[in-house]
Amino acid sequence: MKLFTSLLRTPSFVLGFGLFFATLLFALLGPLFVHVDVSTRVGLAFTPPSRAHWLGTDHLGVDMVSLLIAGLRSSLYVGFLAGTVATFVGTLIGLYGGYKGGLIDDVLTVGTNLFLVIPSLIVLILLSSSIENGRSLTLIALIIGCTTWTWSARAVRAQSSSLRGRDHVSLARINGYGTLGIVLLHIMPYLLSYIFMVFILQTATGILSEASISMLGLGPYDSISLGKILNEAIRNEALTDGAWWAFAPAMVLITVIVFALYIINTSLEGVFNPRLRK
Amino acid sequence: MLNQYPTLKHILGRAGWYFVTFLVAVTINFFLPRLGDANPVDTMMAKVSAGLDTASAKEKEESYLKEFGLVELDPSGHVQRDAQGKPVRTTLASQFANYVGMSLRGDLGSSILQHPKRVSEIIKAALPWTLALQLPTIVFGWLLGNVLGALAAYKRGVFDQLMYPMALLASAIPAFCFGILLVYVFGIRLEWFPAVGGYDDGLSPALSRQFIASASYYYVLPFLSVFLIVVGGQAIGMRSMCIYELGTDYVKYAKLLGVKESKILFYMFRNAMLPQLTGLALALGTMVGGALITEMIFSYPGLGMAVLTAIQGNDYPLITGCTLLVTVTVLIANFSVDILVGILDPRIRAAQRTGK
Repeated sequence: MKLFTSLLRTPSFVLGFGLFFATLLFALLGPLFVHVDVSTRVGLAFTPPSRAHWLGTDHLGVDMVSLLIAGLRSSLYVGFLAGTVATFVGTLIGLYGGYKGGLIDDVLTVGTNLFLVIPSLIVLILLSSSIENGRSLTLIALIIGCTTWTWSARAVRAQSSSLRGRDHVSLARINGYGTLGIVLLHIMPYLLSYIFMVFILQTATGILSEASISMLGLGPYDSISLGKILNEAIRNEALTDGAWWAFAPAMVLITVIVFALYIINTSLEGVFNPRLRK
Repeated sequence: MLNQYPTLKHILGRAGWYFVTFLVAVTINFFLPRLGDANPVDTMMAKVSAGLDTASAKEKEESYLKEFGLVELDPSGHVQRDAQGKPVRTTLASQFANYVGMSLRGDLGSSILQHPKRVSEIIKAALPWTLALQLPTIVFGWLLGNVLGALAAYKRGVFDQLMYPMALLASAIPAFCFGILLVYVFGIRLEWFPAVGGYDDGLSPALSRQFIASASYYYVLPFLSVFLIVVGGQAIGMRSMCIYELGTDYVKYAKLLGVKESKILFYMFRNAMLPQLTGLALALGTMVGGALITEMIFSYPGLGMAVLTAIQGNDYPLITGCTLLVTVTVLIANFSVDILVGILDPRIRAAQRTGK
């Protein structure tokens, strides 16, 4: 409760959370107010915004507001799914390696560092381009989650190895708890706030990664995402035609979500870490 | 014996580690594209088989199979055949061995899309553009970002209140969004700078004054779109690093002693710089990835554009060639940063002096 009030007193948290909540509402409740239809051509290509279609149409003449709502929904879905997978894998490896120490830790650390240095976008490109058919939104999210977990593993490992020497952990070991029990019951609770922050950043990374590979033309075949809207707009000369409504709203949405998640993260850091408080 | 030269020991250790990483990268580059069922020879055949009769199509296919190392050859260089007269496919293991050998020699095979052309030739033409764009942006962006971050932490007040949100926003804008924005506003609306390309259409790359002038004009927008983002990200990191340093005893003590402000700032900067340098090594991969996508938006003639055309044309040898090269470049950059850390880290230097 105290944590909650101190969060509400942090202006950057209120701003970040407000922005994020607004985009979430737009994605979830949008279809209740606007008729979402991403397959019917309602006008000519690149019709400018009008009263009937607030943000005009895309290169095929499909309503942009519909596309944006659909795209936002898939981008958030990818972000959450990829963020969950990456946080799960990273936390598991980090907690285990940090607690165990010794050879297992060394092996896990070397592995993590290896994939930290090899750019994840490169692995994403290689994986996505090899799956030519059936690149669904869920599969893309899973691939992203499996390539971006590295830095969270590293961060969690550092925290968990600093806890392994604590008295309560030794006590649990003497009492006969197994590794899994100690890691889950005696180490993870201390890091929950930290893991939550990792999850927020991983979600942002997931949304950005999806947009990046969709820009390369490796996007999902089964749905519209914000990155795919941008890719289609650029491929169909929206820039040179001056059709700003075909790409600017999608850009704003991606930037707003990522910015909101970043400042939620920094404000949480300020609340959880007393050293950063003024 | 090496213990007497800790810096050298550090460098050798890192070199060994990076070689292992390189081998892993080569392995990934080989196996990931083979997860799918795409086959370069089928792609090629789909392109050229139209209008060929069965016999000559078969001949063509075999010459491709030979070229991509997919069939076993007998010692005289002919395709080996099984009892039915079908060519014998090489095993995945021997393909892999062949691939590693070729990669180590710098041979990346031939492109499908621009067929007889070698991948290494295409990359050789694209690499200078990518290096010219990315090296200065990352190095100068890192420097400027750190100076701004340290100043913001030290001065606080209005400077900090203005700089921090701006840096936060700059680092949150995805590189490609910022690129699109710059292209649209300054390239297409205002027409201050050329929107796409690397140099004027009529020119060809040469070391003439005219070409360099044209290339620098085209350089401005892509440079800015990556540079500002790097500056923002680094400034944020340095700021929080310096806020932490400000709370340490040595800074408090120096302040009490009345040491000059610029001197304290210098000490602080030096101490905060090392973790920032390590941070740079970790962030390099992401930065390079972002810059590659920026290249595509600007149709800059670098590796990013090569990857994009390769992906659109299912040109697997070119995709893997580019990804391998990008990985190797990132590894080399990381290695250089690591060596720099080894030289700058006072703990490693101190060990050298005392001979421990």
